[in-house]
Amino acid sequence: MFRWSHLVIYICVQMQFMLLFSRQGKLRLQKWYVPLCDKEKKKITRELLQTVLARKPKMCSFLEWRDLKVVYKRYASLYFCCAIENQDNELITLEIIHRYVELLDKYFGSVCELDIIFNFEKAYFILDEFLLGGEAQETSKKNVLKAIEQADLLQEIVLETVSQIY
Amino acid sequence: MALKIVKGSIDRMFDKNLQDLVRGIRNHKEDEAKYISTCIDEIKQELKQDNIAVKANAVCKLTYLQMLGYDVSWAAFNIVEVMSSSKFTYKRIGYLAASQCFHESTDVIMLTTNQIRKDLSSPNQYDTGVALTGLSCFVTPDLARDLANDIMTLMSHTKPYIRKKAVLIMYKVFLKYPESLRPAFPRLKEKLEDPDPGVQSAAVNVICELARRNPKNYLSLAPLFFKLMTSSTNNWVLIKIIKLVSCFCVVKYLGLLAMSKILKTHPKSVQSHKDLILQCLDDKDESIRLRALDLLYGMVSKKNLMEIVKKLMLHVDKAEGTTYRDELLTKIIDICSQSNYQYITNFEWYISILVELTRLEGTRHGHLIASQMLDVAIRVKAIRIFAVAQMATLLDNAHLLTGNMQRNGICEVLYAAAWICGEFSEHLENPMQTLEAMLRPKVATLPGHIQAVYVQNAAKLFSTVLKSQEGSTEGTAAQETSQLMIDRLPLFVQSANLEVQERASCILQLVKYIQKLQQKEVEVAEEVSALFAGELNPVAPKAQKKVPVPEGLDLDAWINEPPSESESEDEQPKAIFAKEEPKHSRSRHTEVDEKELARRREARKQEQANNPFYIKASPSSQKVYQESPGVEHIPVVQIDLTVPLKVPGLPMSDQYLKLEEERRQKERADKKKKEKKKRKEKRSGRGRRHDSGPESEEDITPAHMVDIVTEEMPEMCLTLNHKVCDIQGNLQDGSQVVVSVIFENKCDSLLKSMEFNVLDSLNSKLQRPEGSGPHDGFTVPFQLPPGVSNEARLVFTVQSIVMPQKMKGTLTFIVKNEDSSIHEKLDFKLHFTCTSYLITTPCYSDAFAKLLESGDLKCSSVRLEEVNMPFHHLLARICFHHHFSVVERIDSCASMYSRSIQGHHVCLLVKTSGQTVSIDAKCDEPTLLGNVLDEIKQTFSQC
Repeated sequence: MFRWSHLVIYICVQMQFMLLFSRQGKLRLQKWYVPLCDKEKKKITRELLQTVLARKPKMCSFLEWRDLKVVYKRYASLYFCCAIENQDNELITLEIIHRYVELLDKYFGSVCELDIIFNFEKAYFILDEFLLGGEAQETSKKNVLKAIEQADLLQEIVLETVSQIY
Repeated sequence: MALKIVKGSIDRMFDKNLQDLVRGIRNHKEDEAKYISTCIDEIKQELKQDNIAVKANAVCKLTYLQMLGYDVSWAAFNIVEVMSSSKFTYKRIGYLAASQCFHESTDVIMLTTNQIRKDLSSPNQYDTGVALTGLSCFVTPDLARDLANDIMTLMSHTKPYIRKKAVLIMYKVFLKYPESLRPAFPRLKEKLEDPDPGVQSAAVNVICELARRNPKNYLSLAPLFFKLMTSSTNNWVLIKIIKLVSCFCVVKYLGLLAMSKILKTHPKSVQSHKDLILQCLDDKDESIRLRALDLLYGMVSKKNLMEIVKKLMLHVDKAEGTTYRDELLTKIIDICSQSNYQYITNFEWYISILVELTRLEGTRHGHLIASQMLDVAIRVKAIRIFAVAQMATLLDNAHLLTGNMQRNGICEVLYAAAWICGEFSEHLENPMQTLEAMLRPKVATLPGHIQAVYVQNAAKLFSTVLKSQEGSTEGTAAQETSQLMIDRLPLFVQSANLEVQERASCILQLVKYIQKLQQKEVEVAEEVSALFAGELNPVAPKAQKKVPVPEGLDLDAWINEPPSESESEDEQPKAIFAKEEPKHSRSRHTEVDEKELARRREARKQEQANNPFYIKASPSSQKVYQESPGVEHIPVVQIDLTVPLKVPGLPMSDQYLKLEEERRQKERADKKKKEKKKRKEKRSGRGRRHDSGPESEEDITPAHMVDIVTEEMPEMCLTLNHKVCDIQGNLQDGSQVVVSVIFENKCDSLLKSMEFNVLDSLNSKLQRPEGSGPHDGFTVPFQLPPGVSNEARLVFTVQSIVMPQKMKGTLTFIVKNEDSSIHEKLDFKLHFTCTSYLITTPCYSDAFAKLLESGDLKCSSVRLEEVNMPFHHLLARICFHHHFSVVERIDSCASMYSRSIQGHHVCLLVKTSGQTVSIDAKCDEPTLLGNVLDEIKQTFSQC
C-alpha cells in the first residue's frame, strides 16, 4: 500500500542532549532532553567523550554516532557537544551552540571553564532560559539575559533577607 | 558588592558550600572517591536539618555530584522539599536538581503535582518559569494529564516570558498525554499570531514538531505559515517554517510524481488511489492540482471514466482562476477523447458533458468543445438524433451563453451547433423553430466565421422545412418560410465579413427565385433539397492515401506563384469546415518502399481490428460528397450504440452515471445466473470457472471462461485452523474482532493464490481492503509450500455481540504440482462464540461489589454436575477458555469478572460442593449472559 507517511521527510531540529566537557574528559555540564536512565546516560557520555576527544582539530564538527548526529565545537579548553536526530539540521545546531557560548560570555564577562565549574547552576539557568525541552525558546540574547538578571535579583533579595534573619 | 557580603555571611553558616566542594574535589585529585564519600556523608547530615537554606545548599552540591556520576537518587524526597520552598532562591535550586536527577520512574514525582500546580499559578513569573523549565525535563504521563489544563491556561498568560515557555512545554505534554492535543490546538494555533516574536517562534516550533509526525493534519495551517513566512523577520523562525511548508507541499508533489512513474508499470496499483488523487484536486497549490490531473489522464478506464469526469465537473464549477478551469476543461476532453474515445461507453453522456461545459463563462477553449461536438456527431451515427436535439436547444438558448459574444471563446460552440443542426436537420423535432433561432438579429454580433456557418446552415434547414411543409400543409406555410428568409437574410448581406456577405447574398437570391416559383405553385422542395443531398460521412484519418493521384497531377507544384514573404498573417481566411483536420488537406506521396508500406498496412489493419469503432469497408449505398474513383474503398467509421437513450430537455450527465451503473449491475446479475447454471451442469467437478474476483476491465465485456482440468484430489489437502485469538480496536468502538487463521498445508504440493472469502451476514462483516467490493475475497498474502503453516489475520466488524455467530466461507486456492495446477476450494464455517467477545479485564473487589450493588445487572445461573477437578483448575479453565479474571476467592467460592468489547460487565459467582458447581452470574445484557453460560457449560461437559 502506498501511504503519504512513507514520504514524510523529517527535518525539524529537536535536540536530544547537550554535554559540556573539558579537554581532559571531565564532564562540566549535561542536559538531557530525552528520558533515559542514569546508567544509559553514563554510557553515552563515556562513549561520546572518547569519540570526540580522539578527533583531530581539523576534522569535521559533525559526526554520525549510533542513530544520531553529533554536532560539537571546541571553545578554548571546553567542548560543547549536542546530539540531534538524523534528519535534523547540523548548521542550526552549531548556531545554537554558539548562541549559548555568547550568552555565557555576556553573563560572566569573557567566560572561562572555571566560571562554568564554580557557577555550574548559573550555566544551567542560562541554558534553561535559552532552550526548553530541546527546542530554542528564546532567540534574543537580550531577553535571555534580562530574564536571568531579574531572577538573580530576586535571589539576592531573598539572600539578603536570609542574612538579616541569622 | 551586596552579593559578596551576603555570601560571606552565609559561608559562616554552612560547613561547605558548592564552591568549597568544587575546590575540595580539585585539591583531592588522588583520592577523589574517598573525599566525595565523606562529602556525601556531610550532605546526608545537612539534609537532616530543618533549615531549608542548609538543605538547599546540600541539594545544590548533590546536583554537582550527580553530574560527576554519583548516584543521588536517594535524595529525591529532599529535592522535592527544596522545590516546595516558598523562597525563589531555593525553589530554583530544587527545580534544577529535579530536572537533572528525576526521570519517569522516580516515584516521588507523584508528590509534586500539587506543588507544581501551585508554582504554575504563582503571581511571580519567575516561580512559574522555573516550574515550567523543570517540568519540561521530568514530565510524566500522569503529570501531563493533571497539569495539561494549567499549562493551557498559561498559554494565554499576560507575560510573553510565560507564554512562550508554556507553548513549548505543551509539546512535551502532547507527547505524554495525546488527548490534550485536541482541546489545546486552537489556542496553539492562535499563538502563531502572537504579538511577541518569541512566543510566535515557540508556536512554530511546536507545530513543526507535531506536523512532522503527521503533516496531513496540519495542511489547513499552510496559508497561515505562508503569511508568517513572508512577514517574519526572524531567521530562526523562517528556517522552521520553510521546512514545515516543504513537509506539506513537496511531499505531496513528490508523491504524485512518483505515482505517475508507477502508473506506467503498475497501473492497477495506482488506480486504487483514485480517491486520493481526486482529493489532490482540492489542493491549494496549483502545481499539485495539475500533477493530479495528469495522473488522472492515465488512470481512466471504461469503468471509472464517468465517475472521474463527474468529479472533475464538480471541480470545474468550483474552480475560480480561469487558467486552472481551462486546464480542467481540456483535461476532461483529453481524458474522454483519448485513444479514439476508447473509454466512452455512452456517447449521450459525453454530449451532455460537452453541453454542460458550454455553460462555462470566459473559457478560451470553445473551439475544442466545438470540434468534439462535430467529431462525435459525425462519427457516431446513433447519437445524431440526440446530438441534434441538444444542439437545437443550444441554438435556442444562444443568448444564455454569454452577453459579450465577440470576446467570449465559448460562442465557438455555436459554430458546431449550427452546423450539426443544419447538416442533420432531418432529425430535428421542430426545424422551423431552429431556423428562426438561427436568423435572429442577435446572430449578427457573432464572429464572422460563425455567422457564415449560420447562413449556410439556415439554407439547409430551409430546404428541410420546405420539404415537410409542402408535403403536409397547403403552400402558404412554405411561402411564409421563404418570406422569413427573405426578411432576415439582408441583415447578413450587409455584414462586414466577406464570406458572410457572399453566402448571404447568394442564398438570398436563391430564396427569392424559390419564392417566385412558389407563387406559381410549383413544387420546389425536391429540387432545393437536392442542393444539399447526400450525407457527409466521416473519413478515416489516413483515407486520403487510398485515393490514387490522377496522372499528370503534381501535388507539389505551385498552382499560383508562391506568396510573398511580406503577406500579413492576420488576413489569412479562417477555415470553415476542415478546421479541425487540416492535416488531410495536403496529402503527399512520400517515397516509401513496398515492404514498408506492407508493414504499415498490416499494422493499420491490426489497429482497426482492435478498434471497436472501426468496421471493415463495406459497399455503401449512401451517396458521398466527392464522386471520385475508388472512393467506396475509403473506410468509413461507423459507430453504433446498442442502446440509444432518450432523455428529454437539457441533459444532466449524472443520469448516465446511474444508468450505467444499473446496466452494469444487470450485466453482473445476468452473469451470475449464467454462472449458477454452469455450476449445475458441471457438478461432476471437471471444470470450474475462475472465481469472479474484483470487477475488472474484462467484466464489462463478456466474461472469460477458463476451464481447468481437475484430477481426483484428496478432499482435505489443507487444514484450516482458526480461532478468535485477539480482539483489537478501541473499546469505545468495540465492533472489531481480529481472527487469526492458521493455514497448514498437509499435502505435498505448493498451494498458492489463496483467496479467503466469507458470506457477510447483516451482523458480521469481513473488513476488506480498500476499494474492493462487498463480495470480494481476502487474498492471503503468502504461498504455502508442502508441510508449512502460516497465519493470516482477518478483521471482522461485528454489530451485536450478544449472540454467537456462524459464518460460512470458502477458501479457493491453486494446487501447483510439477506438471499441473489445479483450482481447488474448501468450505468452512467460522464460529464466533460470545466468549470471543469478552476481554480479560482485572477488577478490584470493591469496584466489583459496587457493580453488583448497582442493581443494573440481570441475574442468571447454571449448575454443572459431576465436575471432577480441583476448584483452582476449574477457575483456571474458566479464566483461560472464557477470558475471565478472578476477583476474589474464599475457600470453595470465587467471584470472577470479565468485560465485553462493547463494555458489558459480566460477573460470576462460582461455588462448589462435592462434584456440583453452581455458577450465579450477572450481566447487563441477559442474552449475552445466557450464551456465555451455555458456552461455559459446554466447556465442562466436554471434559
